[in-house]
Amino acid sequence: MKLVSEFRDPQLAAHLIKAMYRTSRRAVSLMEVCGTHTVAISKNGLRQMIPSPISLLSGPGCPVCVTSNRDLDKAIAVARQPGVILATFGDMMRVPGSYSSLSKERAEGCDVRVVYSTMDALRIAEANPHQKVVFYGVGFETTSPTIAASILEAKKRGITNYLVLSVHKLIPPAMKALLDSPELNLHGFICPGHVSVIIGSRPYQFISEQYHLPCVISGFEPLDILQSILMLVQALETGQAAVHIQYRRGVREEGNPVALRTLDQVFEVGDAEWRGLGLIPESGLKIRRKYRSWDAEEFLDLDVPAPRKAPGCLCGDILRGIKNPFDCPLFGGKCTPESPVGPCMVSSEGTCAAYYRYERYRVQDEDRGRRGEVPQLKPAG
Amino acid sequence: MDRILLAHGNGGKLGYELIKSLFLASFNNPVLAQLDDAARIEIASGHLAISTDCYVVNPPFFPGGDIGKLAICGTVNDLSMRGAKPLYLTVGLIIEEGFPLPDLETITASMATTANEVGVQIVAGDTKVVEKGSADRIFINTAGIGMIPEGINVSGANARPGDKVILSGTIGDHGIAILSCREELAFRTTLESDCAPLNQLVSQILQVCPHLHCLRDPTRGGLATTLNELAIQSQVGMVIEEARIPVREEVQGACEMLGLDPLYLANEGKLVAIVPASETDKVMEAMLTNPWGQNARVIGEVQASPSGMVLLKTEVGSTRILDMLSGELLPRIC
Repeated sequence: MKLVSEFRDPQLAAHLIKAMYRTSRRAVSLMEVCGTHTVAISKNGLRQMIPSPISLLSGPGCPVCVTSNRDLDKAIAVARQPGVILATFGDMMRVPGSYSSLSKERAEGCDVRVVYSTMDALRIAEANPHQKVVFYGVGFETTSPTIAASILEAKKRGITNYLVLSVHKLIPPAMKALLDSPELNLHGFICPGHVSVIIGSRPYQFISEQYHLPCVISGFEPLDILQSILMLVQALETGQAAVHIQYRRGVREEGNPVALRTLDQVFEVGDAEWRGLGLIPESGLKIRRKYRSWDAEEFLDLDVPAPRKAPGCLCGDILRGIKNPFDCPLFGGKCTPESPVGPCMVSSEGTCAAYYRYERYRVQDEDRGRRGEVPQLKPAG
Repeated sequence: MDRILLAHGNGGKLGYELIKSLFLASFNNPVLAQLDDAARIEIASGHLAISTDCYVVNPPFFPGGDIGKLAICGTVNDLSMRGAKPLYLTVGLIIEEGFPLPDLETITASMATTANEVGVQIVAGDTKVVEKGSADRIFINTAGIGMIPEGINVSGANARPGDKVILSGTIGDHGIAILSCREELAFRTTLESDCAPLNQLVSQILQVCPHLHCLRDPTRGGLATTLNELAIQSQVGMVIEEARIPVREEVQGACEMLGLDPLYLANEGKLVAIVPASETDKVMEAMLTNPWGQNARVIGEVQASPSGMVLLKTEVGSTRILDMLSGELLPRIC
C-alpha cells in the first residue's frame, strides 16, 4: 500500500459521487476551512464532479492568507534590522505587506532565508552565533507545536541568538467568528485534517452543540474529501449534527497529547488580528513569559508604520467565505500569481491561487462533466 | 590541496598551464589545438542549429552527475530538440578563487567523457577566475553548434490537433536529486539525477519518423511548463492523462512530503515528442529500445482548443487546467 494512489481511485470516486446524487435533496453550502483542502478540491477538479446543489466555500484556513498586513509589516521591519537573519517558510516570501514583501527586502540586501523546518532555522542560528536568527512563526495548530519544540530545543542547547516572532493562530475561534457573523449561511464544515491531528475532534463540539451544524474532519486525498462531503450531505439530510472523523488514519478524538503539552508549555492564548476577520479574542498564541528570552517581540525595537490595505482587493471577503475569487475585479487581471495584489493569490494554499491555477476555465456543460466526459471549458468569472 | 587562484584566470602563465595541462589534455582535438583566438571549422551546406546555456547548479556535484556533465548534456539536448546532430561546443568557465583544483579536474574529466559519449568536440573555451565571494564555486557556459539534416524541421510551433504527446520517461528525478543534497533540506534518497545526453535517442526517433512535429526537454519548470510552452507556440490545446505520466515512487514520496508537484520539477535527461498519430507506434517502438527511452509513454494528445492551454485529466477522473510554473520553485537547479 502506497497510501497515495489508493485515495485517488476513479471507480471509488464515481461510487461516492453517485451516492451524493442519491442523497442530496436540497442546496447546501459547505465550508472547507483548510487551505490544503481548497487546493485539493481545485487541483483534483472535485468541484466539477459533485452535484451542483452542493457548493463548497473556502474559509480562513490558509495561514499565509490570514496573516494581517500589520503582522507582515512587522516581519519586514525585523528583516531590516542590522545583524538579523529572518528565517521563514517559503510561502511568506512573496506576500505583499502594506509597503513591501520579504522577497523584495531580500533583493534589497536583507538576509532572509527560506527554511522547511524550525530545526533548519536553529541550525542557521548555531552557524551564525553573532547574528540574531528570527524565525517568523506563522501557522495554525499544525505548525505551532514544532515552533514550540524549537524554542524548547534552543533552551536545552543554550542557543540564545534564536528568536521567534509568533503570529500563530487557532482555528476553532475563527470558525466561531464565522458562525457568529450574520453574512454567511453555512450548513456544515469540512474540518481541517492536519490541525485536527493535533487538537483532536473535541474543540469542534461547540459547532454541533451550539450551532447544530455537522462537521467532518477530512483527509486531503480526493477520496477523503469526496467521502467527507457525502458524510455531511447524509448528516444534513437526516438532520444529525455531530462531529465526525473521516480522517481516521490521522486523527484521534483527543488529538496528539504530546504536541498539545509542548504547545501549552511554550505558548499561551492571546488575541490575534486576522485578515478579513479582524481582531478575534483568544485566537492567537503568544510566547509565555518563561520563554521570553526567545521572543522576538521582547528584543527588537521595531518601528512599524501604520498598515495599509491594497485598494480593490477582496481577500478579506474571500477569507470569510462571502465572496468567491471570480467576484474580485482584480482576479486574473491586475492580480495573478506572477503579480499578486493580495495574499490569497500568492500562497500555494490561497483560494485565489487555487482558482486561478486550476479553475480559471470552467466546465461549460456541467452535465457532460458530471457524466465523466471531457468537459468543455470556458473562461470563468 | 591545490586551489584555483586569481592568477589562473588573468591570461598569464598559470592560466596557460591550466589550459595546456587540463583543458587541452582532456578535450583533446585538432580544432581546439589550433589555439587561435577563434576555432576555424568546416561546414557543409544546409542548416546549423546554435544554442547556448549557463549552468549554475548548486551543489556542483550531485547524485548522478556534476555541473560538467550537466553543461555538456544541457546544450547537446537543446541542439537535439531541433533535430540537429551536435558537432561542436564551446566552454566558458567562471571559477571562484579558492575552488579546489581536484574538483575542477573531476568536472573537466566528466565534460570530456560526456562529450566523447555524445561525439561532440569542444573547440573553444575561456576561463575567468573571480575573487572569493564574487561567484559561488563554479559557473559554466556552453554554446553548441549542430547540423540539422536535410528535410528535418522540428519546432515547438509544429504541434497539430490529433498529434500524440509522448514522454520519454519518469519525471522529477533531477529536481528531487538536487533537492536532496541541498544543505538546507536535510533528507536523503538513493535517487540519482537523470542527467543524460539525448542525441542518440533523438536520432533514433528521427530515423523512424523524420517528419516528427515537436521535441522539447522539460528542464526548468518541468513537464507542465514545457507542455504549456508547446501549446502556446503551436496555438493548440492539449489533454494530458495524469495516470499515464511515469513518476518514480521515491519522487512521488518526496513531493508529497515537501508539498511539491513532480509535474513542475526539473528533468535533465527526458524529452517530450509530439508526433502525428499515425507514426506513434513506430516512434514508441524506437524509443523503448533506447536506454534513455525505455519508460516512454504516450501521455496525451493535441486538440484544437482551448488554444494555448493544457488540460489534465486527473487521476480521480475529473479535468482541470495544467498551468505553467509560476514563481520560484527552487533556484539554481541547473
